Amino acid sequence: MKKTGAEILWECLVREGVEVVFGLPGGAIMPVYDAMLNYPIHHVLVRHEQGAAHMADGYARASGKVGVALATSGPGATNLVTGIVTANMDSVPIVCITGQVHSHLIGGDAFQETDVTGITLPVTKHNFLVTRADQVAQVVREAFYIARSGRPGPVLIDICKDAQTEQASFEYPQEPALLGYQPPLHAPPADLKKAVALIEEAQRPVILAGHGVLMSDSMQALQMFAVKTQTPVAMTLLGLGAFPASHPLSLGMMGMHGEAYANLAIQNADLLLAFGMRFDDRVTGNLRTYAPRARKIHIEIDPSEVHKNVKVDAPLVGDLKTVLTDMMPMLDEYDHDEWLSQIKRWEAESEERDILSWPDDGKLYTAHVVRDLWRATGGDAIIATGVGQHQMWAAQYYKFDQPYRLITSGGAGTMGFGLPSAIGAWFANREREVWIVDGDGSFQMTQAELSTAVQEKANIKIAIMNNHFLGMVRQWQEFFFESRYAGTPLAGPDFVRLAEAHGIPARRVTQPEDVLQAIQFAHDTLGPVLIDFQVEKEEAVYPMVPSGADLDAMIRRPIRRTRAVTQA
Amino acid sequence: MQSTLIALVENKPGVLNRVASLFRRRNFNIESLNVGRTERADISRMTIVIDSESGAARKAEVNLYRLVNVIDVQDVTNQPAVTRDLALIKVKATPEQRAEVANLAEIFRAKIVDVASESVIVEITGTEDKIESLLELLRPMGIQEMVRTGQVAMMRGTACGVRYAPGANGHHPAKDRL
Repeated sequence: MKKTGAEILWECLVREGVEVVFGLPGGAIMPVYDAMLNYPIHHVLVRHEQGAAHMADGYARASGKVGVALATSGPGATNLVTGIVTANMDSVPIVCITGQVHSHLIGGDAFQETDVTGITLPVTKHNFLVTRADQVAQVVREAFYIARSGRPGPVLIDICKDAQTEQASFEYPQEPALLGYQPPLHAPPADLKKAVALIEEAQRPVILAGHGVLMSDSMQALQMFAVKTQTPVAMTLLGLGAFPASHPLSLGMMGMHGEAYANLAIQNADLLLAFGMRFDDRVTGNLRTYAPRARKIHIEIDPSEVHKNVKVDAPLVGDLKTVLTDMMPMLDEYDHDEWLSQIKRWEAESEERDILSWPDDGKLYTAHVVRDLWRATGGDAIIATGVGQHQMWAAQYYKFDQPYRLITSGGAGTMGFGLPSAIGAWFANREREVWIVDGDGSFQMTQAELSTAVQEKANIKIAIMNNHFLGMVRQWQEFFFESRYAGTPLAGPDFVRLAEAHGIPARRVTQPEDVLQAIQFAHDTLGPVLIDFQVEKEEAVYPMVPSGADLDAMIRRPIRRTRAVTQA
Repeated sequence: MQSTLIALVENKPGVLNRVASLFRRRNFNIESLNVGRTERADISRMTIVIDSESGAARKAEVNLYRLVNVIDVQDVTNQPAVTRDLALIKVKATPEQRAEVANLAEIFRAKIVDVASESVIVEITGTEDKIESLLELLRPMGIQEMVRTGQVAMMRGTACGVRYAPGANGHHPAKDRL
């Protein structure tokens, strides 16, 4: 049957199970938009294409499916780039579809022509330029396959306008036709044996669980492994939720703003088991002094990550779930009681320093707000964040027992990610409560998407931790630049009135005792709600490993001698 | 030190750009890169020579596998491989000097492929070393122009180069599937 390239595109998207696309129309993508009306796929109109990419990203992170963003040529496509970089750094499967000028105009600097495949080449897993309608079906098939298989990532399809309008016969390909690309599955048995021998010898093992655990759906395998071998589990920022925070073997988050006892455990370990993580500088600190006594096992699907930052003793290249399943029967049960009780002692000391253990001084701290939010939502909300101090506090104080709940930009550290990614996450999971924990700086970067939330009646709850600073940079200035606050004091709008101008109910909270009531108000109100929390202006995230310092050389919060009365 | 890699890639537009871009952003220094057709229309073959400290060849290989269009990569450095480079060298030569150039060319089994009144073009095929030696001898006469193809390499007999990441392509040495 003959169809236009635009129709073929939608036929393919329907077959890939796409329910929603996020985009903004323009000249070069108009035939695709026109054909869209005949297909059962919901379109979300964004206010800026960066939002479209972040929404697709949030949708993918919350659902495990591929998110789709749509944009026109030129500036429409270049506005996607920050969102593509964000997805690429965090290995999130999205497919971005952009319009391109007529194929015969390419290279002639036509109106809104940009070399989009050239621009996105280094920041996508793969990209395609489609110049004929008969290429569309094969390309879409391959794009989705590439995006979600192996180490997932963003794929971009740039479709010329004439390829959208001309006709071709349509048949959806059963298989992608890729000669080389074939992600590894099993690790070789010899490598498995070597790793098992290291596990048998270990006295002080620690598992490092990363985003790969979530991407490969290995949560159960990880838990079985940890319990059987009695190995504590520290998580990267993106790994939060991979292992229940409330589990006795959980060490919480590691790294720059990780739990001090998690970092101490890593530095004193004799074996690290890195599962689907890539030893980013934010989790290792100084590489020369990183886990100096530990041998290392690295289970990783991307061979280019092996030995990249940290030289490992036993690399296992393969799919994490498959490798763990293969390894499980080879393992005995172990106990590491002495090691675990050592960690417990470190943990107790950390608790003393925790701001939640401080006496109530009447001030509003983000830590308290997040703790209250965690309790009020039963720990089961989806939490989307921007980037900065509020992000770290959300990671520290919202205790994630479930996977796919934290939607945050890790590798790229993209401010403005919160609001659009939350809208995307809501489309992936409309029954679950979706909260955005954002900073006033981050929020202002993409606040135009408030209109999108209203137009879509997205049931998202926005909590702005408003400290009138670009807080994380301010903290670095306080610690490392003699408190010279260059470019960090931040005037914002009246967020309550801004929300109300959008027709969004809003509240301002200045007192700790009003926090729970405001959360309840947001919970009880259908549709978007905004709460402006006026938090302490010059509070710092602790502990902190200064950039490039040894992982156990943390700046700690000073201990306050008077302990708070434990709150109910 | 230099490492020589053979990469089989899909013969599609832009693949050379992807490889070059990858080497740039991962900070590899390319000494030479040769691309050409193979016995199969859908596959191109690259011979890539990189400046390498220890481990660079492995790093290049595993990074190449991040490219969807890459089918197979082997390191043939110090392996039983035939490596060749072709150079065209335009040497200043008056009619009286031609005999001397022809003489040198003869020794190196090079050919004189063009004769002009004040210069000749010498064509030489061989290993890097051989070409460098001839260049050394021709230099005093005045080299006016030179072009080289860069190295091409092929393993002898049934031997294979080193594959550092045999798991990278699903544990099926790509050769079996071709």
